Formats: sequence, structure tokens, C-alpha cells
Amino acid sequence: MTGICIIAGALDGKLSRSSLELIGGARMLQGPVGQEVAAVLLGHGPGLAEAAADLHRHGVGRVYRCDHPLLTAGQTDAVLVAVEHVVRRTRPEVVLIAADTVGRELAPRLAYRLRAALATECVELGVEDGAIVVRRQVYGGRALATLVVRTRPAVLSVKPHALDVPQPAPVAGTVEDVSVAIDAGALPTRVREVLREQAELGLEDAQIVIGGGRGLGGPEGFALLAELAKQLGGAVGASRPPTDAGWVPVNWQIGQTGKTIRPALYIAVGISGATQHIAGVTGSRTIVAINRDPEAPIFSSAHLGIVGDYREVVPALIAKVKELKGA
Amino acid sequence: MEIIVCLKQVVDPELPARDFAIDPATRRQVREGRPLVISTYDENALEVALQLKDRVGGKVTALTLGPQGVAGDAIRLALAMGADEAVAVDDPHGVGLLGVEKARVLTAAIRRIGRFDLVLCGCESADWVERVVGPLLAEALAAACVTFVSRIELRNGALLVRRMADEGFHQLEVRLPAVLSVTSDETNRPRLPKVKDIMTARRKPVQVWPMADLSGTSLDGDAPGVEVRDVALPERTARCEFLPGDAAAQVAALTQRLRDLKLL
Ligand SMILES: Cc1cc2nc3c(=O)[nH]c(=O)nc-3n(C[C@H](O)[C@H](O)[C@H](O)COP(=O)(O)OP(=O)(O)OC[C@H]3O[C@@H](n4cnc5c(N)ncnc54)[C@H](O)[C@@H]3O)c2cc1C
Ligand SMILES: Nc1ncnc2c1ncn2[C@@H]1O[C@H](COP(=O)(O)O)[C@@H](O)[C@H]1O
Repeated sequence: MTGICIIAGALDGKLSRSSLELIGGARMLQGPVGQEVAAVLLGHGPGLAEAAADLHRHGVGRVYRCDHPLLTAGQTDAVLVAVEHVVRRTRPEVVLIAADTVGRELAPRLAYRLRAALATECVELGVEDGAIVVRRQVYGGRALATLVVRTRPAVLSVKPHALDVPQPAPVAGTVEDVSVAIDAGALPTRVREVLREQAELGLEDAQIVIGGGRGLGGPEGFALLAELAKQLGGAVGASRPPTDAGWVPVNWQIGQTGKTIRPALYIAVGISGATQHIAGVTGSRTIVAINRDPEAPIFSSAHLGIVGDYREVVPALIAKVKELKGA
Repeated sequence: MEIIVCLKQVVDPELPARDFAIDPATRRQVREGRPLVISTYDENALEVALQLKDRVGGKVTALTLGPQGVAGDAIRLALAMGADEAVAVDDPHGVGLLGVEKARVLTAAIRRIGRFDLVLCGCESADWVERVVGPLLAEALAAACVTFVSRIELRNGALLVRRMADEGFHQLEVRLPAVLSVTSDETNRPRLPKVKDIMTARRKPVQVWPMADLSGTSLDGDAPGVEVRDVALPERTARCEFLPGDAAAQVAALTQRLRDLKLL
């Protein structure tokens, strides 16, 4: 058993951003362990060549490429078959998986099959005194647990957007095509449909995000935030109560259960600032809170605070931004 | 449809920060004097199970693992909400088991319960948030696995589920038996039991199984490969600057800042 292997998904035709983040994680584990970093690249079609090149550009030498029509969005069962096949053959010491839609099913299931040590949703990885040490958020983001990974192999999943995409460090790499037999009929789940439901601008990629909470009182409030987002060139997200109430789609949710975002600017409107929400936004460079309660906990996580009713503040802000842009 | 719902009892995760403390000896949250509740998404899982039973008939069994005595409350609430039967596995060590160990015990308990078509879990436990118990149960029970499911439907004998995904939703067809983990949406808000249901629930039997009795089967695995070294409270660093004045003044100050930051 040697080396670190990252599971690189290109299930949408293009290498996912969280796969690149894993390379940063792998580098943190390298140091004293001095391990080679390889990747299992999964997907289907012409995009895989560019994805492999992207991995080489970021310092991954050896790429095991699995190209199969079933390796597309949401096909965890197929991904599991392919990954198990390659990992059993190459026997890495550590497998790194992005804890995205597919990865959060893949990591525990792969660990079970390999009888591997398992740590999920890691936000930091490192080596201390020769041992692998990882950190993860617990208790709704109130605390940070440090875990020591004692046995090998180990399967570690990394929370998307917790790590930076590393700077390019090109290597001359190799690509080995691995053919995997996947019997569609034998898979216990079948993807019937992928419903894309997203704000025009992806929440996780937007540089400006405006989050709305229960304080908006209903879906109308979100129309106002959409207008502000349009003026600022940003995306709209939400805390959990608006998604639970069906005011906005569930995948707009930001926080522990929802998405982790790291925009340049996050504006929280009518959000109290529960730790489970804050857990998803702490990486934002500037946090602005608009809340009518000066005691709301959100103000202890925000850089700039506006105490007021959003129904006054947000329209005034929209008007001001329009005015400045017109000038 | 025979459905087993796995419920974890946790300290109310939405208690204010001043009620939160870590016990350095156990490296876990202090529970004494704090209200215990069913872990958030496990209630949604139970609701999904009860809705399914209402539609197609069958039986819902609530299963919990934890220190007995306190475990009673969660399981009674599950019965009051409408679960037909309840099993509490008594873990005398308390609350320190990690996902891999919990999954082993729960697998043994599910085998002992016997027949099932569906096992439902929450998508994540509110306290430790590993998101692993469901998928590990699926592997151990050789069942299909889907996580972050918000809706379940039976159509012409096929199970259709809606999974929350990064890009939107996936509509999946799933073979039974299956282990699904459930997330919340507007269709599965947990029902509130009526006083009458709470009274009847008191008379429903709860089977209590000592954890030690479940060993000898799937419990004899390896020790978990991961150890909790410590649990620390991060320092908060942000200092909020309040923008003064009326809405017009606040907004003028804010837009000026955004211009300084080159965001406008
Ligand atoms: C296991 C678990 C996971 C969770 N995951 C998430 C998650 O991923 N994301 C998430 O967000 N939450 C999550 N939560 C829920 C979280 O604990 C809080 O309940 C939730 O974030 C509260 O949402 P809120 O701030 O919108 O609502 P509230 O706490 O009700 O706050 C509403 C705020 O709006 C303000 N307000 C009201 N009217 C106005 C007005 N007219 N103008 C301005 N301000 C106004 C009020 O002062 C108040 O501060 C999770 C909880 C658990 C237990
Ligand atoms: N002690 C427990 N007893 C019963 N079910 C549990 C227990 N711990 C976890 N689960 C189930 O597994 C789900 C995921 O937990 P976790 O893997 O810890 O995030 C929970 O939402 C529960 O449904």
C-alpha cells in the first residue's frame, strides 16, 4: 500500500472544482509521508482528456481514466464499482473523496468494502508526528473535532469549498485507461432524471451572495433579494426555514446541511445567525448582516451590520446601487 | 411496507451558545440538564415513513441506540407520532461511538428485528454530522443506498425517490430493500402528536436490548481506525461595525464600503 489517490469526478463532462480542491488536500498529507499523488478520473466522453490535462497541470502525475457511459451525474452505484475496481488494483494508502452529492455516498460505502478507516466532511488535513490528523466541524459548527487516523487504508472525504484550489504545478503525467465492466441491470439504483434547478448564477461560484432567512416572511421577500442580486451581479441563497417552507428550492440552502460558500461578499438578510447557518459562510471575505434585532447573533459573525427592517433597507440599497451604476 | 427508522437522541441542537460545553473527559458535549430531542432530520425520516405507511399500509419500527433511561423520551415521541413498534439498544458507555461502530450495532439490531423493505435514517446527525450511518447500513445489509432524499413515492411497485443534489435534484428508481437518508423539505415537516397520541404511546411497549447481547454477530469488527483526539471551540474573530443612521445613511455607508472593496 502506497500513495495518495484522489477520486476526480468529471461526471458533468468537466473536472469538478471540488476534485481540484482534493489536490490541495493531498499535498497537505504528502510532506513527511512523501507520497505520490495519483487520481482516478471518472466520466464519459471527450471532456475527459481535458480533465486529465487539468490534473497534470495541478501536479497529479498518474491518472487512471475510467470512461463509461454510466459515469454521469448522480450515478453513485456505477462510480462505486469503478472506484472499487481501480483502488483494489492500485492499493493506495489514502483515498481522498470530495463530499459532494456522489462523494458522500461513495466514501462510507468504499470504506466499508475496503475495511478502511473512515473520516468524513473534513475541513483540514495534515500530518503531525507522522500520523494523519484531520479536523471536522461538529455540533452545528460550534466546535471543531480533531481526529487521528490510525489505520490504513484510509478513506477521507473533504467538505467542498473548505480547501483552496491549489496553484498550478505542472508535471509530465501519464494517463492509463482502465476499462471497468459495469452492468447497468445489476445496479440497485437508476437515475431517471436530473432536474437542474439553480439560480442563474451558481451559488458556489458567485462572488456575491445574498442570503434570505425566515425574517423575509415569505417568497415575496426573495423577489426583492433577486432584484438586489441582479443589480450587484450576485446569486441568492437562503437559510433553512425558507427552504423548509418551500419559499425557495431546497438546493438554495446555505449552511451545515446546505452549501458551503466562500464569496467575496455575503449579505445575510433576515437571518438570525444560528451556528448551523454560519458554518456554511465563514469563508466569505466580507459578511454584511441586515437584521432588525440589534441582539441577533448574526452580528457576532458579520463585519458590517445594518440594524433595520429589510423592507426599508433593501429597496433603498437597490435604488442606491442603481444610482451609483448610472452615474 | 415494513419500514425501520433510525433515530438518534441528541441535545437540542438549537440551544443558545451559552448552554454549550464540551466535557474534556469524554470529548463530547455535556448533556446534563440540557433538553434532549430526536435528531433533526431523523424526525423528517420518521415523517416520510409515516406518510408512506398512510398511503400503502405496513408497519413502522423506530430504532434508537444510546444510553438507556434517557433513550426513553425520543422513542416515546416516535411512538406518539405514529410508529407502531420501538426498539432501544442500550449503550452503557454513553454517547461516544463513532459512525462505523454505531452502524455495526444498528446492523445487528436490524437483523434481529428481521424483515424490512426500507430503512430510513436522517441525512446527518445533528451533533456529530458524519453522514455515514445510512450508507454503512446499506452496505452491511446489502441494500440499495440513496442519501439526502426528500420525497419517496411508490409507483407500480417501483420506488421513486428525489435526491437533493449539487445541481438540483436527481429522480431515482431504487430497488428494494433500500436504506435511504432523509433531508427536510416542505413535504416532510414532522407532525406534532396530539395529547391523545402521547397518552396511547405511553402504553405501547418499547423493547430494550442491551448492546452486549447484540455482539457475536456483526459487532466483531475491527476497532475503528479513527480516534477523536480533541474537540475545541474555535475563537470568534469577526468584530462587527454597525453602520449608523437611518436607512438612507446606512445604505450610503454600505455602498461606499462596497466601492472601497471593489465589489461595486
Ligand atoms: C442538524 C441541523 C442542520 C441545520 N442546517 C442548517 C443549514 O444548512 N442552513 C441553515 O440556515 N440552517 C440550518 N439549520 C437551522 C438553524 O439551526 C436555524 O434554525 C436557522 O438557520 C434559522 O434560520 P433564520 O435565521 O432564517 O430564522 P430565525 O432564526 O427565525 O431568524 C429570523 C431573523 O430575521 C430577523 N427579522 C425578522 N423580521 C425582519 C425584518 N422585517 N427585517 C430584518 N430582519 C428581520 C429576526 O430578527 C431574526 O433574527 C440546521 C439545524 C440543525 C439542527
Ligand atoms: N445512536 C443512533 N441511534 C439511531 N440512529 C442513529 C444513531 N446515530 C446515527 N443514527 C442514524 O444515522 C443518521 C446519520 O448519522 P451520522 O452518520 O452520525 O451523521 C442519523 O440521522 C440517524 O438516522
